[in-house]
Amino acid sequence: MKKWIALAALLGVFSMVAAGCGSDEETSSSSAAAPAETEAPAETEAPAETEAPAEESEYKQCAAGETDGDLNFYNWTEYMDPDLITAFQDEFGVTVTEDFYPSNEEMVAKVQQGNSGYDMVVPSDYMVSILIEEELIQPVQEAAVPNKGNVDALFADPPYDPGAVYSSAYQWGTTGIGIDIGVTGPDIPHTWGLLFDADLAEQYGLAGKISLLDDPRETMGAALKYLGYSLNSTSESELAEAEAIIKDAVGRVAAFDSDQYSELVVAGETIVGHGYSGNFLWDFEEGESEYDYFVPDEGGTVWVDNMAVLSDAPHPCTAFAFMNFLLDAENGAQLTNYNWYASPNGAALPYIDQEVLDNPIIYPPDQSKLEYIADTGDFEINFTDALTRARS
Amino acid sequence: MNKGTALSTAEPKGASRWALRLHSLLIYLFFYAPIAVLVVFSFNDAQLVGDWKGFSLDWYEAFFDNENIQESIWISVKVCIASTIISVVLGTMAALSLERFRWWGQKAFDAVLYLPIIIPDVTMAVMMLAFFNETADLINLIPGVDLSSGLEKLVLSHVAFNISFVSVVVRARLANLDATMEEAASDLYANRWQTFRRVTLPQIMPGIIGGALLAITLSLDDVVVSSFVASVGGTPISVYVFGLARKGVSPLINAVSVVMLSASMLLILGSLAFQRATQFAREDS
Amino acid sequence: MKKLLEKKSSSAGLEQQAVKAKARQGFFVGLPSIIYLLIFFLIPLGYVIAYSFATRSRTGRTELRDWNLDAYVRLGEEVVQAVAWRSLWIAVLTTVICLLLAYPLAFYISTRRPVIRNLLLIGIMIPFWSNFLIRTYAWRVLLSSDGLFTRIVEELGLGEGRILFTQPAVILGLVYGYLPFMVLPLYAAIERIDWSLVEGARDLYASGWKAFRRVVWPLSRPGVIAGSILVFVPSFGAYVTPAILGGNKQSLMGSYIVDQFMDARNGPLGSSLSVLVLGVMLIGTLIYFRQGGRNL
Repeated sequence: MKKWIALAALLGVFSMVAAGCGSDEETSSSSAAAPAETEAPAETEAPAETEAPAEESEYKQCAAGETDGDLNFYNWTEYMDPDLITAFQDEFGVTVTEDFYPSNEEMVAKVQQGNSGYDMVVPSDYMVSILIEEELIQPVQEAAVPNKGNVDALFADPPYDPGAVYSSAYQWGTTGIGIDIGVTGPDIPHTWGLLFDADLAEQYGLAGKISLLDDPRETMGAALKYLGYSLNSTSESELAEAEAIIKDAVGRVAAFDSDQYSELVVAGETIVGHGYSGNFLWDFEEGESEYDYFVPDEGGTVWVDNMAVLSDAPHPCTAFAFMNFLLDAENGAQLTNYNWYASPNGAALPYIDQEVLDNPIIYPPDQSKLEYIADTGDFEINFTDALTRARS
Repeated sequence: MNKGTALSTAEPKGASRWALRLHSLLIYLFFYAPIAVLVVFSFNDAQLVGDWKGFSLDWYEAFFDNENIQESIWISVKVCIASTIISVVLGTMAALSLERFRWWGQKAFDAVLYLPIIIPDVTMAVMMLAFFNETADLINLIPGVDLSSGLEKLVLSHVAFNISFVSVVVRARLANLDATMEEAASDLYANRWQTFRRVTLPQIMPGIIGGALLAITLSLDDVVVSSFVASVGGTPISVYVFGLARKGVSPLINAVSVVMLSASMLLILGSLAFQRATQFAREDS
Repeated sequence: MKKLLEKKSSSAGLEQQAVKAKARQGFFVGLPSIIYLLIFFLIPLGYVIAYSFATRSRTGRTELRDWNLDAYVRLGEEVVQAVAWRSLWIAVLTTVICLLLAYPLAFYISTRRPVIRNLLLIGIMIPFWSNFLIRTYAWRVLLSSDGLFTRIVEELGLGEGRILFTQPAVILGLVYGYLPFMVLPLYAAIERIDWSLVEGARDLYASGWKAFRRVVWPLSRPGVIAGSILVFVPSFGAYVTPAILGGNKQSLMGSYIVDQFMDARNGPLGSSLSVLVLGVMLIGTLIYFRQGGRNL
């Protein structure tokens, strides 16, 4: 009998599934084995401007300072000053539930089917464009967020969200190289070659003392930059060259690690690590050697994490009130003084500690060589494949 | 229960006896080496684990100040208790059904019951995520069920893998028991339920407790499935720690771990005492 | 029903009815678990299988349309096979090492007095009541350049002591993580052995080793098989341990699947890989059933 029940249920599932199928006007282009390289990253940005005004009416309109219930905030781990949460709760008389995610992809996996229950998320740049295209986030209601004007002009029109219609920058930083200059000496070339070049590894004794991020876009991106290409390259031949670079380097790499790279440097397990600015800075404080962090001369990644309100947020007004609260000059400064990532909030500058502002790791003096990671659509799987192949 | 005096003959003599003892000692050292590390470094006066800078209780203080962590622990405890109770009841019933009855379709049920054990947790995690993503709307239609709070999803998925583990342990115990006692009881005009409660249940209690301990362990220690299904206000401590560790392993995590370890040791010792008490009670009667 | 049971010896027809009634009862006792596993295990499994034939949208959503076999075609690629074989090798190695370490220990435990036996068993469980991730990070501390493990190995003159970020470190982490799953079923099997048989065998063969091989080993085989499955399965799918202790320099099945879902957001390939893994596990279990093992 059981077998029949199982069969019936499975059939039920598939009919359900079939009913839920989207329109099939668009035939699949994602033949996984040989993905087309037609999609340029720029295309992902197109829908943003056209859809924004039309859809505004779909969403519940909020007034400045209006709240409509308790806030469910989905944020990166240890990225928010708990005092700011307390202050917001006291000021608006609502409760904030903060949950944490370790990566953009995990966050999207949770919210992409709707009904996640979360009001506000903090996606990074390329993920903002995906969320916009998937219509998962709603336009920022300027009326409810008067402090949006505090955002620095640099972040007012980002490529992943033209006009910053759907998102508002939260914090930003760079991806680069952290190095123990107590071991190598201070005169080191500022190049990705420290991670990839055999001769440099020999010269500075880096073999077996290198860590790379375990992140297809960042790691392949670093190799692409080293080769002089864009880190958003969708050329298969350029990616193949980058793959060869990584493959050659694997023998000298201690670990592919996206979490502990800075601790490994400080603990002396590695000498040079590929990672994010803020994390290196935190851990360098703990070490006994001399350290440096820089974005190599070939250029590197700049990333911006952004506040965005989900389309199906149960409490959008509270979410916008919270967004406005964090965009306040003093609150924005408090956030940066807490987590040591750079603030995109121009009005906050006077309130940020001088030592933070003067730190070239937090606020890199030359920002011209920095590039955003953009969503490459179907080409995205090629980055993962390339990194997997390089490691096998 | 069939050893008695024959026990002594089982142990090898001479050198191999000492080799066996040394081997066992070394394995226990192996089991406890990382535990020692995490206890010691929970008292470390530094931001990072691994580099001893002096004794400090700061991290325990930080633990008691951190409401997020305590909230997460409570979520884990709630999920653990709920999923253990449900899976112990369902798993025990499944074990009885398979071991004490013969019915059509039993083989298929038996096979399905093994699947959650042999499925890698990554696959299980993906399955549950896909399932909750696709059916959330349907499930929410059931009165009284609200999946948007993450607790239910965690409990539902923990039960899904724990039923199997509990039933396996209980079955092992049932298979070892002579069914004659139960038959005698039912001949004495006890109905099935009475037979179960008065005869079967006391006898399989060690199996049920074993299964419950396993379920508790698997529920508390699960990171992979939980991190995929957790949602609003439902981050269990294992997932919270996973996120925290990504930002750097601070002795805070160790302190959390030591507190949890101590609490669960108290619990396990308590249940051991309970088990011994029931054992004595049975031997007396 | 009670009446039926009471009269069960009265006539053959009634007895048959009683058997039927008992069968029905057995089904109803199992029914709650059947329904539960159906809804919360088999249907979810159905979704993963459906996903493996579905299509990745440009934005990385798995869309249930344009059903295709692309994700299965990709399983034939060299990379996937290299990853699968490497994972298989590591899982087998972990299982064998666990068996070699656990057997003498299980034997030792089951020959103790009951009180000591319980203490020893709980002693195995306790480390697992801390957090899996934290234990693994603690191993990282032990295995690092100036970690205790490294220093002991070097003091003993066993050569290069630092094994962190190498395959041996991955194996060590996996063995540590799954050894209890081998010890417990082995213990359960060995504890059940009737030692008078062993005594008889000893008298017969006069050699402890022979008595072990001819009597103890065959009797403990269900435990060996059960333990091997319980260790093999999670080792094959492991991804946290290889990342933390091995530095993720060699792609393994577990991390490959996670990469598909979490980096490439390629649900179809991740799902077809999951189906592949489940297939491997099913074959393993079938072998187990063929071997006659019943209880894990």
